[in-house]
Amino acid sequence: MIRVTRRYVFSASHRLHAAGLPEEENRRLYGKCNNPFGHGHNYVLEVSVWGPVEARSGRAVDPAALDQLVRERVLSAFDHKNLNEEIEQFRRVVPTTENLSLLIHERLKQGWSSAFPARWPELEKVSIAETERNIFEVSE
Amino acid sequence: MFITRKIEFSASHVCANPALTEEENRRIFGLAANPHGHGHNYVVEVTLQGDPDPVNGMVLDLKELKAILNREVVSRFDHRFLNKEVPPFDRTIPTVENIAIEIWNRIYPSLSHPPAKLHAVRVYETPDLYVDYFGDAR
Repeated sequence: MIRVTRRYVFSASHRLHAAGLPEEENRRLYGKCNNPFGHGHNYVLEVSVWGPVEARSGRAVDPAALDQLVRERVLSAFDHKNLNEEIEQFRRVVPTTENLSLLIHERLKQGWSSAFPARWPELEKVSIAETERNIFEVSE
Repeated sequence: MFITRKIEFSASHVCANPALTEEENRRIFGLAANPHGHGHNYVVEVTLQGDPDPVNGMVLDLKELKAILNREVVSRFDHRFLNKEVPPFDRTIPTVENIAIEIWNRIYPSLSHPPAKLHAVRVYETPDLYVDYFGDAR
């Protein structure tokens, strides 16, 4: 068994603001991320899959199939978007990168069986670097 | 404790299964099936697990690891056409998965016992595609 990881980049804007908290508390909690006009990041997404190496192809995953899934389920929805305004879930929850990682993991899981109908590969984990200094990882 | 050493090599390869037609190979491997070959700057990270020696404070003398990696990997793979010059890739397809497994198999005999045991081999084919292999055990 082997892990294969593919890296993607998308750029998006967001504002961290918890609707249930007063303005001052939001400013204290989120600091400059609470700027009412929002701000953006180049998010680096890594998708890791786990599975055996298939003898016929010498590969554990078809990278083109993974790229297509990530393009359809993630990049087309998130790239060059305003997360708060254009992603349905972030109208209700704060688009922290914790919540963004969970949502991307969920979206990939939803599309997984049609992209990869066989037993393998499995989705092992999703990691997002919001900046080079802040990295978030979600696995099963 | 884990320690990791990074090495690099540049090599060319063709990803195609000789048992399949050229059309089928193009479908599976895309551009990588070009019979003339193409190349990558591969980056390999080798991770060992062990405890620091109470006298010298090291898990393994990195000079020793460097010598093993040069002997088993860099000297064989660097500036080579993998399919034509580096067995077993005359018989198995030199995908990044198979390259990681081959590197593991080559270095494991020198790194299979304390003080430092091979834990993982990571191979980057490009910055956007890499694999991690942990041996047969996983």
